[in-house]
Amino acid sequence: MRHEIMLIIAAVIILIIELSTGKDNKSMMIPAAVILFSLVTFIGFLPIETGKLFGGSYNTSDMIILMKNSLNIGVLIVIIQSAGWLKHSFENFDNSGGYFFIIISSLIGMDFMISSGDFLMFYIGLELTTIPIAALAAIEKMKRRSSEAGIKLILSAALSSGILLFGISILYATNGSLFFSSLSSDNMNSSLQLLAFIFVFTGVAFKISLVPFHLWTADVYEGAPVNVSSFLSSISKASAIFILIILLFTVFNSLISVWNTVLYFTAVITMTIGNLFAMRQQNMKRFLAFSSIAQAGFIPLGIIGGTQFGISAVIYFLLIYIFSNLGAFGVVSAISNASGKENMDEYNGLYKTNPKLSLVMMLSLFSLAGIPPVAGFFGKFFLFTAAAVQGYYILVFIAVVNATISLYYYLLVVKAMFINNSDSPIEYIKNDNYTKAGLLICVLGIIIIGFAGIIFEFIESASTGI
Amino acid sequence: MDLILLILVPVLTLAALMTAKSQAQARMIAAAGTGIQLVLSVYLVIVYLLERSSGNIEQMLFTDKYVWFNTLNIYFSTGVDGISVSLILLTAIVTFTGVLASWDVDYLYKEFFISLIILSTGVFGFFISLDLFSMFLFFELAVIPMYLLIGIWGSGKKEYAAMKLTLMLMGASAILLVGLLGIYTYSSPTGSTALTFNIIEIANVEIPVEAQRYFFPMVFIGFGVLGALFPFHTWSPDGHSSAPTAVSMLHAGVLMKMGGYGCLRVAMYLLPEAANEMAWIFIILTSISIVYGAFGAIVQTDLKYINAYSSVSHCGLVLFAILMTNEIAMNGAVLQMISHGLMTALFFALIGMIYSRTHTRDIREMTGLMKVMPFLSVCYIIAGFASLGLPGLSGFVAEMTIFVGAFQNTDLFHRSVTILAASSIVITAVYILRVVAKILLGLPGSNLPAGTKDAVWNEKVVTIILIIAIAGMGLFPLWLSEMILNSLGPITEKLALLK
Repeated sequence: MRHEIMLIIAAVIILIIELSTGKDNKSMMIPAAVILFSLVTFIGFLPIETGKLFGGSYNTSDMIILMKNSLNIGVLIVIIQSAGWLKHSFENFDNSGGYFFIIISSLIGMDFMISSGDFLMFYIGLELTTIPIAALAAIEKMKRRSSEAGIKLILSAALSSGILLFGISILYATNGSLFFSSLSSDNMNSSLQLLAFIFVFTGVAFKISLVPFHLWTADVYEGAPVNVSSFLSSISKASAIFILIILLFTVFNSLISVWNTVLYFTAVITMTIGNLFAMRQQNMKRFLAFSSIAQAGFIPLGIIGGTQFGISAVIYFLLIYIFSNLGAFGVVSAISNASGKENMDEYNGLYKTNPKLSLVMMLSLFSLAGIPPVAGFFGKFFLFTAAAVQGYYILVFIAVVNATISLYYYLLVVKAMFINNSDSPIEYIKNDNYTKAGLLICVLGIIIIGFAGIIFEFIESASTGI
Repeated sequence: MDLILLILVPVLTLAALMTAKSQAQARMIAAAGTGIQLVLSVYLVIVYLLERSSGNIEQMLFTDKYVWFNTLNIYFSTGVDGISVSLILLTAIVTFTGVLASWDVDYLYKEFFISLIILSTGVFGFFISLDLFSMFLFFELAVIPMYLLIGIWGSGKKEYAAMKLTLMLMGASAILLVGLLGIYTYSSPTGSTALTFNIIEIANVEIPVEAQRYFFPMVFIGFGVLGALFPFHTWSPDGHSSAPTAVSMLHAGVLMKMGGYGCLRVAMYLLPEAANEMAWIFIILTSISIVYGAFGAIVQTDLKYINAYSSVSHCGLVLFAILMTNEIAMNGAVLQMISHGLMTALFFALIGMIYSRTHTRDIREMTGLMKVMPFLSVCYIIAGFASLGLPGLSGFVAEMTIFVGAFQNTDLFHRSVTILAASSIVITAVYILRVVAKILLGLPGSNLPAGTKDAVWNEKVVTIILIIAIAGMGLFPLWLSEMILNSLGPITEKLALLK
């Protein structure tokens, strides 16, 4: 419970600061939020007892705490990276208090969702996650595209919630309980329960943007401010995957043969479609949107077969993915804030003017592509190992082919930055310390997580007992 | 000796390079780093030979294990035998000369040397790894800098070539990965021990034949693409011809050897049943490589393309010899790797030097270079002689061993492909002598820039080191051949048991 309480306290403090600062010193909002959230993240790592609360509606375990901590780290990076955008986009940091408040609210929702022990808590957590995100997407009120993104997000989220609720109500009808523990001991064999599974899976797949439920993704990412897109593509996606794992392993554990098949095919089409579309993108935000869809397609390789090792591999992969994706988005955001340029061909010759940004971008993209020695390689390798040990060689084969295809389009960006020449390259960008710090954390994460075997061991020891 | 030094030195060189302020500093640091690496490698060869002569018959020497992912049983385990020692020496020679050959790189020089050293780190790491996981990691680490090296510093249609090369090699590594994971899954068939990536441990395990049939082609093709296996060789001519000099040297000289080494160490050693069963398919493919590569070299007019196709032919010979599954032929395969590595490095270095003077690589536009740059021309002829297998130079030792070994398989199929492959020697002579006659002999052409000079000091050092190595291997092949032969035992024994 501590994570949630800490977050609520942080959110309230931010509101108080927002109210008590005058119009002229709103800029102190940013350091306040960064310090506050660093504290929250740090406290999250302190040891804590695990167990159940409220008659089983609320669970914590080592694994759940690990998931929450990963999300915390991700949000911390997002908050640090947002500083430049807040400065650039709003006069006098007008909206920054609100922005931080909303982002933390959404995180509270995620934490409750991951910790939930019954569908009621789960649904409340889910809505608390989604509605603030829609507000975030629309936060640049004066921009049409931002509002459009918000509307698109809220509409598709409402639809997916509806489907999810339908699934939950069918489950309730067949079992008479909303508790995960009682549902998981039920041997699901009626076709009604199968239908319920499909509905619940669809609802969650919307959040992860697995194909064919991905259609909102690119439009929303493109319209929303870059930092919100990075929040959406990393944190929100990771939390949805966490809850998907929990649901599959508890509630639907008796349907394992069904969800293995479902995951198999969603994995194949998600990575293939994501890759094929990513290849054609010129806008960097859309590009990263499709790349993140393709990345999500690799996750089922760890879940499939339902092994302990697979879950550790997924969490490890997601942790790395958060760092790599935020690194790439961080660079896009720094460039977009300074020059307003978001197209791939405008990145031509970037290395000559902004070598550091280009290097961070290259490392992040290589990590996403799974090139050693950066961490993405290890994440992907373990996912593939998890699936191969279960005997899914064909799936692994399709996945590695897709990883090669994805390398192609990541290299296109590298080519633009390092090889192509440009008559009017992006000018030298002087980044503020927040942007630098945000990118530095990402780079450190990308480099260290792979080599430090101890991190994987820690994840593996924590991800027991689901 | 501590093998981790072979990784540590390049890493420290990289760190030092980051601080370099000028071109002079950068190239000095790179030369010093790779020079130390060369000294280390020579030292490694000496201590290895001493250790062996003192009666140590362990399969791998200087082994070490560093825990990496404990729960997965992944260790970074290192160790060398005669095969890897000789290839490490080759790598060190080619890397050092490669740095010297790129003395004049002035565009983004720091980044150039950094990429080059990352590449060589990958190769060294690959050769000292005894673990499929780290082997694969270093394999990819060696490939990816090629993209930048060719894309930024290359010439011609460099972007196309860089993308093609990277994607083909990475695609190959993707197939390879499935094969390696398959081996990993079957590394403990009885379930009595934990799954492992360690090559030596897997070699003691019987992997079921049905599984081998799936994974052998994957592993062999995965590595084979890097060794220019027909029909997956097309990245090689484009890549070589667009790459800057040092990169062509390293790539043809060292990187392609990783393919042969991987096929030998992983595909043949760990999957012997399937290797025996399926060798004929790949023998046909490699025979095509050998002959097709040689004919391809005949019709090319660009010097780099000629040598790229010649590399396809010669590297095809390496894989061909490996598939002959007997000790002599395999010994020849490793000798050929080293011989080809040295002479192709010399070739590409010379082509780079000639190109910097003539500004063309088209053999139709060059003539009479012997009069203008006698030193380089003589070196070119020596490289050519090594390539066509003149006794006294390295090529003869290697090719002779291969064909003698291959001919020991008594059945009709093996004998006829051996004869076919041996015919490539004649074709090699045709394209080598044609180039020598066309560009070196005759009267100097009028299109040479005035005041063209012969080799300068760093170019002389490069060529002399390589020629000494080539001639040394040709004149004193015995210690090398012995060293390799003694290490082939475990591999050939496993293969021979099944016949």
